[in-house]
Amino acid sequence: MTIRQVASPLDTVRPRVASPPRPTGRRTTPSPGRAFARRVWSSRTNKVCLIFLGFLVVVAAAAPWIAPYDPAHQKLASAFLPLFSDGHLLGTDQLGRDTLSRLIHATQISLVAPLIAVGFAVVTGLPLGLLAGYLGGRFDWIAGRVADALIALPALVLALAIIAIFGPGLVNAMLAVGAASAPRLFRVVRGSTINVREETYIEASKVVGCSTARTVLTHVLPNVRSPLLVQVTLMMSLALLAEAGLSFLGLGVQPPTASWGSMLRSAFDNRFQSPWMVVPPGIAIVLTILSLNMLGDGIRDAVGQERRKS
Amino acid sequence: MLIFVLKRILAAVPVLLIVTVLSFSMIHLIPGDAAVVAAGDNASADQVAATRAQLGLDRNIVVQYLSWVGSLATGDFGTSLLSSHRNIDAILEALPVTLSLAFVALSWSLVVGVVAGVLAGLRRGTWIDRTLTGLTTLGISMPSFWLGMILVTLFSLQFRLFPATGYSPLGEGVVSWFSHLALPAFALGTVTAAEIARQARAGVVDVLERDYIRTATAKGLPRWKVVMKHTTKNAAVPVVTVFGLQTAALIGGAVIVEQVFGMPGLGSVALKAILERDFPVIQAFVVVITLFVLIVNLLVDVSYAYFNPKARQA
Repeated sequence: MTIRQVASPLDTVRPRVASPPRPTGRRTTPSPGRAFARRVWSSRTNKVCLIFLGFLVVVAAAAPWIAPYDPAHQKLASAFLPLFSDGHLLGTDQLGRDTLSRLIHATQISLVAPLIAVGFAVVTGLPLGLLAGYLGGRFDWIAGRVADALIALPALVLALAIIAIFGPGLVNAMLAVGAASAPRLFRVVRGSTINVREETYIEASKVVGCSTARTVLTHVLPNVRSPLLVQVTLMMSLALLAEAGLSFLGLGVQPPTASWGSMLRSAFDNRFQSPWMVVPPGIAIVLTILSLNMLGDGIRDAVGQERRKS
Repeated sequence: MLIFVLKRILAAVPVLLIVTVLSFSMIHLIPGDAAVVAAGDNASADQVAATRAQLGLDRNIVVQYLSWVGSLATGDFGTSLLSSHRNIDAILEALPVTLSLAFVALSWSLVVGVVAGVLAGLRRGTWIDRTLTGLTTLGISMPSFWLGMILVTLFSLQFRLFPATGYSPLGEGVVSWFSHLALPAFALGTVTAAEIARQARAGVVDVLERDYIRTATAKGLPRWKVVMKHTTKNAAVPVVTVFGLQTAALIGGAVIVEQVFGMPGLGSVALKAILERDFPVIQAFVVVITLFVLIVNLLVDVSYAYFNPKARQA
């Protein structure tokens, strides 16, 4: 059934909710998702950040083929070569392993680790936040107080306590970081859910007999998506930082596997022999965090909420 | 004002209660038998039983919790499993180190952050603004412990201006105390300074567009008076917020930076306890940090009320 609209100048402004199906397959207005992606891509800063992050993903995926040496290959005769040495662009470490190859392989861990943490935070914080915001009442109160208490603790201290329970190791450490970030994600999701809870289309959905699950998934969730995306991007950078810090303390990734953080640790342990070893992994961390932070801000601007004044 | 402060203190009670429940239940969340884990790999059955008794695991769980919280309230933070020292002693010994570090780091970050942010906000769009904004963006993305390593390499190992490791108590001379703290505090405070500068700049830019600033300028008030009297006080509110949030984050960062500079602070106590699975120490550490953060938050709330009388009603 197609509702024919009376032609009026107002027609150029399309209502966002339902556009009547058009007989000619092509749509003139892009879908909200496409429009959003275009807005993000239109900023030069965002483009540079996305390209850099994409480059890292390619490096991580192709690590075995592009790394010039086996990252575990030891050659004690050529240990502690400085930066820009012959055949070793970024030098070698205390065991004569090629720093560039180790950096390339460590990219895998350094990218996957934040994904574990943020994934865990989303899996726990998103449903709880949706429910707390949508249902309100006692559930909201209890979940809110627990979140308050967890946020009162510094995330890293909470992560340390969780690692104390389950023992060190990359996965444990990242789940701990995820658990420490979950209450922050919970708050963001709960807040956006409360913003739309009283909207008429939510009421309409209830009136026509949709189940709570269906109402939340089809009508509330799309409204939470954008703030969630901003939060997730910024959390990725925090998780990367936490991974580096915990691996530096020896509570994260265990040798011989390397992450950028554990490379910083071995650089630190050998700082008297070769002070330049701290440079490559540190720059990799700074650049990645920088692009995630700037991308997070860029997405926030594209979403239009909380637009920063400049 | 007094009522406001009392209300804030009361609001902190449930948070503290939940944190004690969580850090208490820590021992019960350990996979397997906590006493076996805590006693170590080579413990005999007797040693495990002794550890179980020391942790109080042989008693009813509610009794365990109540007696633990009860002793916390009297200042008894339990006893370490390994050294038979009272936890509170280890913490009290390490606390001045971490507090000194946090104090110096927060002071310098507040001064630098506010000055840089206000300057960028007032000179919006100029090269000063662009340079400062670029620096703050970089500062936020810098892991403090990496910055610390670079600083040690440059200023301690190369130029030998500052000691590379350790801590010197305030009682043994201010100069020595400060020279040990300068590098770690700079490393730790940079992120905070950058975050404060961002907020201060946004606050100033926001306030400068308000009508009362135009009125103040129109009635002929000199520029410095407009800035000092009308702009900074109103722009302070978001800065105070971020200062409170950053303090908590900074304590977390201190754990790692202390390791870079070999400082015997709370972070070292906690790290040692985690590696040795000395649970009573970790529990005490969590409670002490929470108390510290709650006190900072209380001070932040009170200063809100000072900057913004409207907040006093809340």
